[in-house]
Amino acid sequence: MSRKAFTRLAAPLIHLPEPDLDTDQIIPARFLTTTRREGLGPFLFYDRRYGTDGTPRPDFPLRPLERHGCAFLLAGHNFGCGSSREHAVWALLEAGVRAVISTRLADIFRGNALRNGLLAIELPPAQVLRLARCAGQEVLIDLLEREMRLPDGERIPFAIDPFARYAMLRGADELDLLLELIPEIERHEREREAEHA
Amino acid sequence: MRLSLFEKIWRAHQVRPPALGAPAVLSIDLHLVHEVTSPQAFAELARRGLKVRRPERTLATLDHATPTSPADAQGRPPFADEACRAQAEKLIENCADHGIELLGFGSGRRGIVHVIAPELGLTQPGMTIVCGDSHTSTHGAFGALAFGIGSSEVAQVLATQCLFRHKPKSLRIELRGRLRPGISAKDLALALIHRFGTDGGTGHVVEFSGEAVRALSMEARMTLCNMAIEMGAPSALIAPDETTFGWIEGRPRAPKGEAFARACARWQQLQSDPEAVFDRELSFDAGTVGHRISFGTDPAQNAGLDEPLPQPEGGKLRRAYEYMGLEPGKPLRDTPIDYVFIGSCTNGRLEDLREAAKVLAGRRIAPGVRMLVVPGSEQVKRAAEEEGLHRIFLAAGGEWREPGCSMCIAMNGDVVPPGKRCVSTSNRNFEGRQGPGARTLLASPAVAAASAVAGCLTDPIALQVEAAA
Repeated sequence: MSRKAFTRLAAPLIHLPEPDLDTDQIIPARFLTTTRREGLGPFLFYDRRYGTDGTPRPDFPLRPLERHGCAFLLAGHNFGCGSSREHAVWALLEAGVRAVISTRLADIFRGNALRNGLLAIELPPAQVLRLARCAGQEVLIDLLEREMRLPDGERIPFAIDPFARYAMLRGADELDLLLELIPEIERHEREREAEHA
Repeated sequence: MRLSLFEKIWRAHQVRPPALGAPAVLSIDLHLVHEVTSPQAFAELARRGLKVRRPERTLATLDHATPTSPADAQGRPPFADEACRAQAEKLIENCADHGIELLGFGSGRRGIVHVIAPELGLTQPGMTIVCGDSHTSTHGAFGALAFGIGSSEVAQVLATQCLFRHKPKSLRIELRGRLRPGISAKDLALALIHRFGTDGGTGHVVEFSGEAVRALSMEARMTLCNMAIEMGAPSALIAPDETTFGWIEGRPRAPKGEAFARACARWQQLQSDPEAVFDRELSFDAGTVGHRISFGTDPAQNAGLDEPLPQPEGGKLRRAYEYMGLEPGKPLRDTPIDYVFIGSCTNGRLEDLREAAKVLAGRRIAPGVRMLVVPGSEQVKRAAEEEGLHRIFLAAGGEWREPGCSMCIAMNGDVVPPGKRCVSTSNRNFEGRQGPGARTLLASPAVAAASAVAGCLTDPIALQVEAAA
């Protein structure tokens, strides 16, 4: 999947308030028997969206995603905990989720998200509550200005790691940057190996 | 100096410090690879025309989607489906193309990544270790900085042997007192997660210290560090000591003779200095811990056998009770069960199997209960068979399977059916973790074995099994 650059985007806000939604909920392990990044979108939140008999559960609020093709997810505390599977991020992106906002995002999930161009934003509880009142409405996220704009014109600033922001704005990736450092990496390895000889 | 153990390992591996907003670049000593999170990373290398930079620092095995029933007459493993087989074949092909050692079928050393690296002596104090698996924290038991990574990072480590990393904060948890006889590291881990929550360690590297930790065996330390991620901490550390050195000595990939003595001298420096400063410090009395069993759908939702289950304060716990078919106000003891799973990177080592076997010796599991015993590696399987443990499991009516992740992640066909309750020695009780609709109750090997015999949740004492000191 080639990563898309993210600068400014308006999309409906989906509210999933349940805390501790782990990566097994985002994409159950039985869908990980693949060797590709693509094709995981249809399995996003599979066991939450569908009953054991495969019928859709109307109470699971992903409908705006299906209607608009993209959305932001306002998630409960500690979203993305559990397994390190990057498949969770690939599934979210393929289904059209372009940003995840929560009072806390699990460490490995947050890193995976930013590395793939899925904007991951942590906000204090008061601001998450404010955003929750806009569930279902269109919200604008401006990564250049580091702020969200709500339908009533209110602006909510957010903090984001400058390195991740740079990579997201440019669509750049870490591997390219690391490859440029190979001579420095080799020097470091030689020094450490000499110390341990 | 006033450095923590974490700080010492971090400094030794920092290729370049954070600069101009970019995170530090961290050098990786050991990269463990398995079939589920690596194919996309190898594909990325192929797309860019890159090679694996340090194949000798990379070790691969097949564990997540591999069958635990024996090979057929032609020696072919009975994969659950073609997708699982294709994943395994892809890893075999990728390892051959890049010169990576694969401990696959027929190697005699295949097993769960986090079981085989320590048992080979590859996991050593002071190292940085990564794997596309969140339970990589296990290796921290040896005083190694180890953490799970995503597949994009797997590609980065394959291509450069490095990662960009923001330095995590440090959290020391002092474990006072001693575990009571019969109480295991699993009970302790569950008690800690219950106390500090599923995000109690998020953003931090945890160092476990204190008398209770020093008294733990190496295998128990691995169980404790394994579960740190269930508290949100991607890495946990335990400073190496004589227990650590004794465990490593003589293992196939450990330094030998003079080199081992030199390594020990170096490893002895890997302690937090007395004046070391941590971002946070917590303290916990290990002597108060009893058996803990999870009753909900995250690992923090756990209780003692005789505690009345808590009243739900929010929708989350209500949903969990509904999913689990349990009621608040009642204790877990005597809750009927259908399945027992003994294994995983949390509790699939020899000591865990011994604990279970001690309870099961001379007993039979209850009618209607299905019990899978899945050794963590081929080496664990051999060692258990040399002691005759497999005969105890089989005589009790259990199944003695081939090594792998099995019912911990339920990718390989080992699945708990919808609505069935499974007492599991694994690490996650998330909805659907052991199969859609499966109800997982996390517990120690001894509690799992006792519950298998009773057909309902119970402890070894109720079966009059004497607790070892």
